Amino acid sequence: MMRREWIYAWLLVLPAFVFLITFTHLPAVEALVNSVWTTAKGRRPSMFVGLGNYQKMLQDPIFIKAMINSGLYAALTVPTSIALALAMALLVHRPFKGVAAMRMAYFTPTVLPLVAVANIWLFFYAPGFGLIDQIRQFFGFASANYAGQPDTALYSVAVVTIWKEAGFFMIFFLAALQTVPETLREAAAIEGCSKWTFFRRVTLPLIMPTTLFVSVNAVINAFRLVDHVFVMTKGGPDNASMLLLYYIFETGFRYWDTAYAAALTVVLILILSLAGLGQFYAADKRVHYK
Amino acid sequence: MQISDIAIQIDRVTRAFDRNRALDEVSVPIRAGEFTVLLGPSGCGKSTLLRLIAGLDTQTDGTILIEGQDMRGTPPGARGLSMVFQSYALFPHLSVRQNILFGLAVRKTSRAVQAERLKRVAEMMGLGPLLDRKPSQLSGGQQQRVALARAVISDRPICLMDEPLSNLDAKLRADMRVELRSIQKQLGLTVVYVTHDQVEAMTMADRIIVMNGGRIEQVGIPEAIYARPETTFTASFIGTPPMNLFPASALFSGPANLTVGIRPEDLHLTDAGPRADLVGVEYLGADRLVAGQINGTPFVLRQPAQSPTPRDRFHIGWSQTAMNAFDATTGKRLHDFDFSSLSPNQKDFDHETA
Ligand SMILES: Nc1ncnc2c1ncn2[C@@H]1O[C@H](COP(=O)(O)OP(=O)(O)O)[C@@H](O)[C@H]1O
Ligand SMILES: [Mg+2]
Repeated sequence: MMRREWIYAWLLVLPAFVFLITFTHLPAVEALVNSVWTTAKGRRPSMFVGLGNYQKMLQDPIFIKAMINSGLYAALTVPTSIALALAMALLVHRPFKGVAAMRMAYFTPTVLPLVAVANIWLFFYAPGFGLIDQIRQFFGFASANYAGQPDTALYSVAVVTIWKEAGFFMIFFLAALQTVPETLREAAAIEGCSKWTFFRRVTLPLIMPTTLFVSVNAVINAFRLVDHVFVMTKGGPDNASMLLLYYIFETGFRYWDTAYAAALTVVLILILSLAGLGQFYAADKRVHYK
Repeated sequence: MQISDIAIQIDRVTRAFDRNRALDEVSVPIRAGEFTVLLGPSGCGKSTLLRLIAGLDTQTDGTILIEGQDMRGTPPGARGLSMVFQSYALFPHLSVRQNILFGLAVRKTSRAVQAERLKRVAEMMGLGPLLDRKPSQLSGGQQQRVALARAVISDRPICLMDEPLSNLDAKLRADMRVELRSIQKQLGLTVVYVTHDQVEAMTMADRIIVMNGGRIEQVGIPEAIYARPETTFTASFIGTPPMNLFPASALFSGPANLTVGIRPEDLHLTDAGPRADLVGVEYLGADRLVAGQINGTPFVLRQPAQSPTPRDRFHIGWSQTAMNAFDATTGKRLHDFDFSSLSPNQKDFDHETA
């Protein structure tokens, strides 16, 4: 009896398992293997170099730049998009006239493809006739090319990410806020508790599991979502908006240094795993699970 | 009645929702230091009235005075009252201690005062050993105590309770009834207690407010509510089983348009009197309930279990004093017929009682 149930269970997960292994686990292992060899070139076959590719990274200024940029990019986009998502959710989680339209408006950026969004934002950023530049010029500022200047390129990419992700995360917060019972709010009101105190002392702890879930996803997305970099800056100018994943793409598919790209990929996987594990661990004590 | 005796004055309060009126011009005083029970069937507007008093909802019309002050625009926290919810409304992420102290902490009461009051209240409620637990680690009865402790520790003179015992099992409910009452007396609290359970109302109340369909049917001490219902609604709502209501014509050749109410325990078997058909018999241990029918009107008679069970056809009798007369159209009590009022009209019909 027990055995049959187990076989049944394994058969059920088998399809998902096959795809997961073929497209996720095997490539990851293969990247790990490839990363300790050199890329085969012309008559020179692939050679075992051990940690050679990893040592090379330490001397690679573009890699270092990409790491710093990715860190900065995550530090910018993760907290901002979460805070924005929560603020939007708080605004629209109670019914009022037109609440559906407002939720829809907040959610719209999420349903648009990132590449299309990036193109729209390119118009906003366009020097001279772009929306932002027109506003600047109206107030008498000089024209600026946000996506094209080294000192603002990364930020202009980050803004697009925040704009796109906040609406998506809002949905999760919206669902979480609905689970906070109305009677808790009333019990607190009887005690003379202000809205802000209630939010800080009750709402925030109660939606902590959602916040954790969202922040893990935000961190992963910060390293994973680079579609708009292709459209907007291509990592430039002068690597100013170079992110780790975009650098992996360039190394692997533009310069065809697949072994080095594999090593970079391993670094990326490592960072993502650590981020995920670390967040679960750190938040474990503060999270209230029902 | 002096003004200072009245803790809460409800004055022509109406609460209309989109489709219906939950309260319709309700007026009633609630006296300080009394245990007042709002009693009525589900959906009659009890919770609505309680929430209006608490300030969690706003009336469409009318005024609510607490300690003589018009409460319109006063937020719940500034009304000098505490509240116990049916669902307990405990904060699931906070310990019992933090839950009880929530209000004091929010109001920035000093640590020393908090500690002193917590000690007193925890002792009173027997919560001492549970202070560090989370609500999810408590039984229903214990959670109920924490909710009560949170209300009591506020030291506010008025405590509102909305069916606080309805989630407990029967035994615990009986214990808590006694305990709630003793806490209320001990602290001199003004309690407004919502329930649809007449046993709770009868056992705990100083005064009962009977509600039906957004209106108040009767206000009175439990004995008065039971013995002298002011309306046929109260008569048929209070008592298990409730008062029998007969059209007068079913019992005797009395005036038309009269409904006669007699409690099951006030009916007895006789040799003469109106003749009834037996419908069924229910044995309850000490008592027996005899269900019968007179001219198509069903009724219940309660007799001691030792008495002989009636045959298929039997005669019933009752004492004059146990009779209640109501206007058949309005359902209102006709005080002219009250025995003790000894009005001259009282015996203007011949009755066939033994
Ligand atoms: N928020 C609301 N919106 C619409 N109708 C309501 C609302 N709250 C209560 N009601 C209606 O008001 C009436 C009284 O409700 P309530 O006071 O909760 O009854 P009770 O507590 O006596 O069971 C009911 O008919 C109920 O459907
Ligand atoms: Mg109710």
